[in-house]
Amino acid sequence: MSKDNEIAVDIQNVTKMFGGFTALKGVSLDIRDNEFFTLLGPSGCGKTTLLRLIAGFEEISNGAILLYGQNIADLLPNKRPVNTVFQQYALFPHMNVTDNVMFGLLRLGQEKSKAINRVNEVLELVRLSDFADRMPSQLSGGQQQRVALARALAPSPKVLLLDEPLSALDLKLRQAVRLELQQIQVQTGITFIFVTHDQEEALTMSNRIAVLEGGRVQQVGSAREIYEAPENKFVADFIGETNLIDVNVSNLEAGKGSCILPGGEKITCSAARGARSGPGHLSVRPERIKISASSKSLLKGTAVRHIYLGTDLHIEVKLNTGGNVTVRMQNSTQIQIPDVGQSVGLDFDPSSARLLVD
Amino acid sequence: MATKSLDLRHFTGFQPLTLLCLFLLYAPLIIVMIYSFNDSNSITRWNTISLRWYYDLFYGVDAPKFKTAAINSVSIAIMAAISATIIATMAATAMMRAGRFRGKSVSFALINLPLMVPEIVTAVATLIFFSAIGFTTGYLTILIAHIVFCIPFAYLPIAARMEGIEEVYEQAAQDLYATRFQAFRLILLPLMAPGIMSGFLLAFIISLDDFIITNFVKGAGVETLPTVIFGAVKQGIKPNIMAISTLLLVVSVGFVALSYFVGRIGEKANPTTTKKGE
Repeated sequence: MSKDNEIAVDIQNVTKMFGGFTALKGVSLDIRDNEFFTLLGPSGCGKTTLLRLIAGFEEISNGAILLYGQNIADLLPNKRPVNTVFQQYALFPHMNVTDNVMFGLLRLGQEKSKAINRVNEVLELVRLSDFADRMPSQLSGGQQQRVALARALAPSPKVLLLDEPLSALDLKLRQAVRLELQQIQVQTGITFIFVTHDQEEALTMSNRIAVLEGGRVQQVGSAREIYEAPENKFVADFIGETNLIDVNVSNLEAGKGSCILPGGEKITCSAARGARSGPGHLSVRPERIKISASSKSLLKGTAVRHIYLGTDLHIEVKLNTGGNVTVRMQNSTQIQIPDVGQSVGLDFDPSSARLLVD
Repeated sequence: MATKSLDLRHFTGFQPLTLLCLFLLYAPLIIVMIYSFNDSNSITRWNTISLRWYYDLFYGVDAPKFKTAAINSVSIAIMAAISATIIATMAATAMMRAGRFRGKSVSFALINLPLMVPEIVTAVATLIFFSAIGFTTGYLTILIAHIVFCIPFAYLPIAARMEGIEEVYEQAAQDLYATRFQAFRLILLPLMAPGIMSGFLLAFIISLDDFIITNFVKGAGVETLPTVIFGAVKQGIKPNIMAISTLLLVVSVGFVALSYFVGRIGEKANPTTTKKGE
């Protein structure tokens, strides 16, 4: 067993070009041993490309990838101790579940009698023991997904790569599988690198998340760090929802800064690295804003729209100085919901606001 | 699909035209099949039903001639189909899995061009080629010529099947520690099997039926079924010709049907593209 802070995958300044298109621009990441690490970003951000570079399906244009200290750039996919759960599962259609799961073990030279024990073990882990003799076409999408997981886990890889494995499942199933995946990661102690464009998936499952956009890493951190302390506008906007308010920044010092709100009020709050004085953006999450009838609020405006979300309610408020702010309220009978057209005041704790870099 | 008024079946004259086409296509075949069971020396006058001419085929005066020709035809067809299928499988693998390479579309055209070259041209060219390099015509020249013109016929179903197999299966195999060759042998080849099988059957039938090229390159003394039938017809049509033609027709139709169903069953057993949702 390796120590907790050992680096499993060390991605050093990796660049990947496809012809004239640069998919990854100098990406550096340290993925720790026994970590559930998520690569999150919109489609086309380079996250799947990075995964395929680690698996060995693409060649690195520049930079290096170290797997537990060993440079794997020149190794063919079959020589890398990593396994992949493919987005489209790619179960071998002419083999039953057992043979699919056993495939990797046999290629590693295990004897069939020994391999079958391991197959039963992983099938039990993914709760598919009763389906060992089925063909992939006889399984539901969720079951196929678990076979793909079992097949990738069977050879006990050092790192498991998961390429949007939940995207083909429906919502309810996706939520159940999330918890299951997380449990399996803890149980097996294998480093998981999980690719997704779904921020909720990333927030609920990961130890750490790397947000990618335009072939660059925008921010790396825990779910809480990324949500509460986004480094830039893209991260703040992509992870959850946020209000970006145009402000005038001053007095930047030690991760803090002051700014003047559109209404003239001055607050001091945390500031992202690289924030500059002058015109800037203040990010405030919709659920951190309190709405009231008070006239002494930080921001003042008029409620213009209700958006009904079931458990929650969004109130769109048009500020008196121009620009819209969204407020998220619980859909509860105990809370007064302002009518459309009513003048309202908006308040928030400056500690839950953040000054951002563009 | 189509609305009722646009349905082709309601067009004026659709039915008579269809019947006419079907008649022209199949009446001669059906007449030959029926008259092959005629117990008469005439090819046009019906007497009674019998297997007389089938018996004549196997035990009559011409029987040894037909037997040798049948053995030649079948042995050439088997060997030509096997060779052509192997070559076509390799060609399809190269075309589909070598990524983008220079001259890919030219290669594709070159593989399939023989389908469009008039057969008589190929026949003449092949004969000239063999005599130019000093090859004596005979069994071997027929075999070589057959291998060559069977390749595009074997290639088409194999390539069509392969097109439906996503590359991710081989990637998954390599990810699971299979070498490239193992990924080919254990994953790609079994998935391609229905295409390969129907390519083989198609090539077999094409070789079995070929007359023009065979007639040019066969040389003296070596006959295949089509050339022996042609030779017999030139000396006057005896009813046994109808019997042997019927047999050849049954074999051909049987193989083509087999080729079709092999492809269909394979697609059903191992769907390579569909993913069943919940």
